[in-house]
Amino acid sequence: MKVLAISGSLRRDSHNTALLRAAAERAPAGVELELWDGLKAVPPYDEDDDVDLAPAAVTALRSAVAGSDAVLFATPEYNHSVPGSLKNAIDWVSRPLATNPLRNKPVAVVGASTGIFGAVWAQAELRKVLGALGARVLDRELAVGQAAERIAGGSVGDAEVLAELEDLVGDLADVVDARRAAVAAA
Amino acid sequence: MSTSAIAAPVGTWQLDKVHSSIAFQVPYLAGAFNGSFREFDGKLDLSDDGASLTGTAKVASVDVKDDNLSAHLQSPDFFDAESYPELSFASDRIALDGESVEVSGEITIKGVTRQLAATGAAHGPVANLQGNDSLRLQLATTVDRTEFGVSWNAELPGGGQALSNDVTILAELYFVKEA
Repeated sequence: MKVLAISGSLRRDSHNTALLRAAAERAPAGVELELWDGLKAVPPYDEDDDVDLAPAAVTALRSAVAGSDAVLFATPEYNHSVPGSLKNAIDWVSRPLATNPLRNKPVAVVGASTGIFGAVWAQAELRKVLGALGARVLDRELAVGQAAERIAGGSVGDAEVLAELEDLVGDLADVVDARRAAVAAA
Repeated sequence: MSTSAIAAPVGTWQLDKVHSSIAFQVPYLAGAFNGSFREFDGKLDLSDDGASLTGTAKVASVDVKDDNLSAHLQSPDFFDAESYPELSFASDRIALDGESVEVSGEITIKGVTRQLAATGAAHGPVANLQGNDSLRLQLATTVDRTEFGVSWNAELPGGGQALSNDVTILAELYFVKEA
């Protein structure tokens, strides 16, 4: 099972990217997490550019999503919401809505912030956006507050966060299995 | 099977899909969303012992006047067409009183089955141009969509929610008796 991991932070020492690396290291047997690092290359959405030959970075993202069984997002929170660059990339993937590769795709959202709230509002808004474009959104969050202490030096040192992260990825893998079973039965 | 048989000839009555419709209406702000299913099927069995009405509708055939809304309705936020491709109904009782009809039975939406009662009118039987009896049932009922896990909503900026939980289902059913 292949899970695409997308961080909404471009920063080299990002706490959110560190969360995804930790998730990859602890993925359950049979689950492979692949970190996507093309966010910075995605241009601003422009319907005039959304043609058969879309920008290369967009085509690469759409292919990566289509080739994955699930997607795990880690989002920081900018002004109580999802970073524009991440929302922009999702907007590209979502077009056209009826056939976009996130449709029916199991997805989960986690988030980290240096404050105490752990990007809860950004996570909620990202879940709403993913639901609107037809994804199968895992109804749970992982809010890692005080990230500078809990994810120091680019590594998640908090055992509780690691256990929750591992459990959440397990839940996401269960949704993939349930989807396969439902499709086989339908 | 009902204990009160409908006053029409016994036999199997097939749904004339061209002249039938399965529609729904959901209050939205001051207006309403109206939609229907393009693909459905149904059957009415009348016997001396009673009557039964069964039918199914394909979720992927949901028809609303906006392609993006249609895509959203088929997604896990609403019907989840991939996991639950069909809606279904099976009656356990049909009662006819003059031109009034009441049908009760089980409806299954998104894998959840609930009892419901629908009321409406019956017209006919009338022989069609091929000489086969035809019968029309117009039925309406209201369900709470959240009981079936069809729970999407949006908070309005000024308070309250965008979409009603109560959905009216309108079935316009035109049956032709098998020869």
